[in-house]
Amino acid sequence: MKLKKFLWTLIKYITLILGSVISVLPVIVCVITAFKTPEEYATTNVMTLPASWFYVNNFIEAWQKANMGVAFRNSAIILVCVLFGSVLTGSMLAYVLNRFKFPGNGLIRSLFLFASLLPGIAMQVSVYQIMYSLGWINSLPGYIVLMCGTDVMSIYIFIQYFENIPTSLDESAIMDGCTYFGVFFRVLLPLLKPAVITVMILKGVGTYNEYYAANLYLQDKNRLVTVATSLFKFTGPLGNQYNYICAGVIITMIPALIIFVLCQKQIYSGLTQGAVKG
Amino acid sequence: MDCGARKDWNHSLTVRKRGNDMNTKRAPFNFIKWIQSGKVNRRLCMVTFMLAPLLLLLVFTYIPFLKMFQFSFYDMKYIGARKFVGLKNYSEVFSRKDCFQALKLSGYYIVAAFIQLAIALWFASVLSFKVKGGGLYKGFMFFPYLVCGIAVGFIFKFFYTRGFVLDTVLQWFGFNLDSLPYWLKDKSINNISIAATSVWRYMGQNMVLFIGAIMSVDSSLYEAAAIDGASGFNKFRYIIFPSIKTIIVLNMILAITGSLSVFEPPYVITNGEFGTGTYFVIMNKLAHVSQKVGLASAMAIVLFVLILFATLLQKAGEWYFLGIGDQEAIRTVRRQKKQNRQREADNR
Repeated sequence: MKLKKFLWTLIKYITLILGSVISVLPVIVCVITAFKTPEEYATTNVMTLPASWFYVNNFIEAWQKANMGVAFRNSAIILVCVLFGSVLTGSMLAYVLNRFKFPGNGLIRSLFLFASLLPGIAMQVSVYQIMYSLGWINSLPGYIVLMCGTDVMSIYIFIQYFENIPTSLDESAIMDGCTYFGVFFRVLLPLLKPAVITVMILKGVGTYNEYYAANLYLQDKNRLVTVATSLFKFTGPLGNQYNYICAGVIITMIPALIIFVLCQKQIYSGLTQGAVKG
Repeated sequence: MDCGARKDWNHSLTVRKRGNDMNTKRAPFNFIKWIQSGKVNRRLCMVTFMLAPLLLLLVFTYIPFLKMFQFSFYDMKYIGARKFVGLKNYSEVFSRKDCFQALKLSGYYIVAAFIQLAIALWFASVLSFKVKGGGLYKGFMFFPYLVCGIAVGFIFKFFYTRGFVLDTVLQWFGFNLDSLPYWLKDKSINNISIAATSVWRYMGQNMVLFIGAIMSVDSSLYEAAAIDGASGFNKFRYIIFPSIKTIIVLNMILAITGSLSVFEPPYVITNGEFGTGTYFVIMNKLAHVSQKVGLASAMAIVLFVLILFATLLQKAGEWYFLGIGDQEAIRTVRRQKKQNRQREADNR
């Protein structure tokens, strides 16, 4: 019995360590390579540690080559606007769907549900034409508007939270002469904070990492590059200089890593909620 | 829902009353007051709040969808004249070597997704209980999910390059470099290599989901099991598995529909070369490189029909085996009815 328990624990820890190693190894090797000088990169094995951990030239080169200063600025603008927009559209719609009864309520819910079945990549074929006719190719605001739409998952998360806020609160606010707009913005939105954070995290990760639409609609790579699309710079003639590429990859990962370390709990719970409801 | 709506109506009534009081005093028509009065305000609020989300949904989802449907009957490019060709695009989707055949690759990704679920389930059931350094392992295994898709592409291009990371690690274990295949070029293995990257990326996310589901199980059940001396496996078999069955099934179905529409891994790692082009990678190429918009649209519609079909099948299956919401599953209801009938017959 004791032996069995011991073996069980052993297997448990071995698999955990193995899983963690496999998960981090590709990234660790990237970090190692990012600190190597070009000569070192050419002569030593990929798994050999760099001579100096203070050789940051690759990072500087990658930053300049991929135009990452502009990329981070653009990504920050996009992130702020998109998070603001999509939280607003999502929570407003959820408010109307949850608090008002009107014909078409169910229809709107099913419209969003159905939309989630449409494969996103495939839709870009015709979305491209719409963006083109709106003149929104190569326009940052255009891309932001495209990304601002809400999805069925955020709506579900918001509706779930609205259900837990008693309607008597709305009523008393109305009695006190508050308008329906006031009820939403002054009374309910502050109470919705946990849901807002959840949606922001889910949407934020998606937006920061989004590269397909960004590559398609923000074609002017000098002016409108984002963090995710800045890496495309390395696909051309730079395609096998992995010391620069790895440095670039590491730079793009740093913000995600910081956010992850800071709000680990919220990310986990946000994911769980989103998936269970969606 | 119903109750809430009635209360709603009630207070709009009270607000209207107040408005009437004002009328009796013959106040001059006040636009702001009128706007703020119950019914008008309610309507106004509804319309303004729904305007933006619905407009976005219409412009970026439903209009494109209808347009795509229309495009699929034309021979066209993005700019220039279009020609109506009827169902020719659809027949081409099924007859061309590179289109419908590409769906076969989905098999690799379905298998990979199921392996991924199994691994995630194992780690989730281990990490849901007290483990030394549990948070750390969880964090390590989850982090790949937060890496941008294109960065994942570069990481694995590097990882699989001849003589680089994977080859070096395998050489440590005594493999000979010459006996190892080219992971991304060898057609017998490259699809497996690429599918493995998606396991690497999404396993942690599944694991976190499962941990969440396991944590929501009433902890007194585990305590009771511990008192009864249940082994780890029995705990899994009789407590964990039944309570998270629904979420496992849901993820399995998602794995199947997801595997039909795989795009990212082959797109960023090999760009669909060396026989790794999945359905969407080829569709993307047709649409944006050779600009066969009509054909690409037809491909999209065909796949959409397939996904819709799979989803309906899933709903039906769920209804039959698990039941929806509070409703009991059809299978159990039938079985109970049958048993009841038998019992009645026996009694007679």
